[in-house]
Amino acid sequence: MSHTNIDIKKIRKDFPILSRKVNGKPLVYLDNAATSQTPQQVIDVIVDYYQNYNANIHRGVHSLSQEATDAYEEAREKIRTHFNAKHKEEIIFTSGTTHGINLVANGFSNLLKKGDEVLVSALEHHSNIVPWQMLCEKSGAKLKVIPMTPQGELDKLAFAELFSENTKLVFVNHVSNALGTVNPIQEIIAKAREVGAAVLIDGAQAAPHIKADVQALDVDFYVVSAHKICGPTGVGVLYGKKEWLEKLPPYQGGGEMIDQVSFEKTTYAGLPHKFEAGTPNICGGIAFGAALDYMNAIGFEAIAEYEYELLKYATQQLLEIEGLKIYGTSADKTAVISFNIEGIHPYDIGTIVDKLGVAVRTGHHCAQPIMDYFKIPGTVRASFSFYNTKEEVDVLVESVKKAKMMLS
Amino acid sequence: MESIKNIQEEIVDEFSMFEDWMQRYEYMIELGKSLPLIEEQYRVDENLIKGCQSKVWLHSKLDGNKVIFTADSDAIITKGIVAILIRSFSHQEPQAILDADTNFIDEIGLKEHLSPTRANGLVSMVKQIKMYALAYQAKLN
Ligand SMILES: Cc1ncc(COP(=O)(O)O)c(C=O)c1O
Repeated sequence: MSHTNIDIKKIRKDFPILSRKVNGKPLVYLDNAATSQTPQQVIDVIVDYYQNYNANIHRGVHSLSQEATDAYEEAREKIRTHFNAKHKEEIIFTSGTTHGINLVANGFSNLLKKGDEVLVSALEHHSNIVPWQMLCEKSGAKLKVIPMTPQGELDKLAFAELFSENTKLVFVNHVSNALGTVNPIQEIIAKAREVGAAVLIDGAQAAPHIKADVQALDVDFYVVSAHKICGPTGVGVLYGKKEWLEKLPPYQGGGEMIDQVSFEKTTYAGLPHKFEAGTPNICGGIAFGAALDYMNAIGFEAIAEYEYELLKYATQQLLEIEGLKIYGTSADKTAVISFNIEGIHPYDIGTIVDKLGVAVRTGHHCAQPIMDYFKIPGTVRASFSFYNTKEEVDVLVESVKKAKMMLS
Repeated sequence: MESIKNIQEEIVDEFSMFEDWMQRYEYMIELGKSLPLIEEQYRVDENLIKGCQSKVWLHSKLDGNKVIFTADSDAIITKGIVAILIRSFSHQEPQAILDADTNFIDEIGLKEHLSPTRANGLVSMVKQIKMYALAYQAKLN
């Protein structure tokens, strides 16, 4: 794959973990959709923070606090630039995608009423359906589900009909974590605009592969986690249009989010602090900025091109295995292959390939409704990143063949 | 019937013949395949032990003063370990079951499968076996 602009040898050297062994075998890490690995450049930023300027932010007059605050705010600016948000205060630091979704769902519980409708897709991470169920329970709004097709795509005919004046909020992931399908979010946003509904896009799985431009998308909210984009765990970002963020009530009470406090009345701080109660993951936020720098230096176009080649190659190779079936066959998908082998439980395959050094995810991938749709207990999911190689695909394929031999 | 301790030692002996994990796993898969299936009428939700990754069904009955366990799993590797556990705990008196442990699983190099974070239903199965033993113990006395 030398025709792409990825210098794979150089890139792999950036990730110390990739040279370790697992069960005596070289690690082949293909669980990138669960969490990505961290390059030395980001690890260095984390170490530097704790060695040189660890301090609380936005409150001290002392120099360390100022340095930490500057670095944190600089990261916010990097993230704003990356997603092309209009205003810096539209970038809210969170603990991750889940937090961002809950923050929005909670805010809407005061804005919705009986008769209103919330649309979610059948391709969601099921833990992300829960906040909407809670929202609907609280507000009396109705939850409606956009169905999927056998290819693992959202059913476009069906979704057009689900929209009405009652639709107030739409929640769809940009890319499905279980199948890798890239959803037609532009069409969904356009449809929502027609009926005046707000749209929240879960970008957790898209962010490592696709650079989203929130202004071009005209999306109301977009949420991501740093740990899927070469950053640390426990930090993420909620992008929200300023008009919306001003309208939504704060999610948590605490330090940072207040302006004036007395026992009679507290006035809230302005954006983004209104949503950033308590001491945040300062180092994590700074490292998130560094992770985006790292990925942008490689370039998302080069990444997408390289990963597409890997996906194509892996799909071809895996399909040569008799009895292997791939779930999620959309032409538009990221480098994720969810599969099963006829008559073999995915857990068994995952266990054997792990013994051979290959890390894949097995199970329902928190997407039980999708598994129910296909009537399977789960799948084996191999998810690729720009630091994976064709040789690793070969190891995966050989391992799956060996597992099949042992298990059938 | 042999004591649980003897049975477990036997199992450890059998596994010690294998040179590498592949052989151990192949043997375990064989054991899984030869496990007498739980009777269809007992392969029901009531007897289901939910693991996130694989399912285990466990049924028990009292035969005289011995507890008989039958079990099944939808994943073959889990089933292999189920077979080993059944061999060690079935047809034993409740007190003996209560007094026994599962340390032999470590000795045969399958420790990771009995980890509480593995979510394959096996840890809950061992707990359930003990619960049944406790219940039968109370019934017998
Ligand atoms: C589509 C999607 N949404 C949300 C999440 C949850 O992300 P986090 O655990 O970082 O909050 C994930 C991660 O698994 C995901 O894949």
